[in-house]
Amino acid sequence: MPGGLSGQPDDASNDGARLALEQVILFTLIVVAGTGGELCVSRAMKAVDSAKSFRPREVGRVILSALRVPWMWLGVGMMATAFFALLAALSVFNVSFVVPVTALSYVAGAFGSAVFLHERVNKERWLGVLLVAVGVTLVFLGNR
Amino acid sequence: MWSLPNDTAECDRGPESLMTNQTHFHLKTFLTIAVMIIAGPLGNVLLGKGMKQIGRFPVWPPSQLIQAGVGIFRSGLIWLGIASLITFFVAYMLALSWADYSFVQPASSLAYGVVALLGYWMLGEQISPLRWAGIAVICLGVLVVSRTTPRTTGHG
Repeated sequence: MPGGLSGQPDDASNDGARLALEQVILFTLIVVAGTGGELCVSRAMKAVDSAKSFRPREVGRVILSALRVPWMWLGVGMMATAFFALLAALSVFNVSFVVPVTALSYVAGAFGSAVFLHERVNKERWLGVLLVAVGVTLVFLGNR
Repeated sequence: MWSLPNDTAECDRGPESLMTNQTHFHLKTFLTIAVMIIAGPLGNVLLGKGMKQIGRFPVWPPSQLIQAGVGIFRSGLIWLGIASLITFFVAYMLALSWADYSFVQPASSLAYGVVALLGYWMLGEQISPLRWAGIAVICLGVLVVSRTTPRTTGHG
């Protein structure tokens, strides 16, 4: 079990500060590495011929050619990092807190696709992104 | 609430087969989306339960990190959670292979509500009214984000 439960006021405040730092680091990793990973995979897949059918041989061909793109490896590595950060967050915080906060990936995704993939992000999508950000803020405030 | 899925391939057939095909198509799509909305959150809840049993994840020193890593892959709950997330992913891919992205993605925004309900029922998590409100706003936000057209690069 986590330390700092001895009841000393100093321990309690230290524990609080450490938890806050852990929150920031883990959620940043989940959101940034997760979204970054998806962007890298997306970039890699754009360099690969799209699958013409769902036959195993065709799917195998697409996977093999995707594995030759360095972006794919970077993407998979980042997604694995995000997964372990999610597990670490779930070891400390409630599921009903962690999963809604990971919706921040929609915010990161909108910025990432505009900046790295040069996609156009329309006003409606920005409105949705703003709503997600407000919702996550409420979830954080509700955790105090 | 959502736009109906449109399957252009259906237009080539006669009106009667079109009706049965569409009913079949809707049923198939809704069932697959139901699997997505349940399997995804269930996977996260199982991972949460497994990780709570293993305890706090040590980041330092590396020897403890490796020990914790081994513990993770020995936990049945973690594997169940991963299996559930894979089920979600397969259902998601299947749904996307026949229905429009702009139909599947908004439907999956419900998962944020489902994960809170499952956390409350299965893990007995205390959820404050403010957190419920936040989750509802997130669902709405994800719905709005994913209703917008996913294709912005202009080809295909």
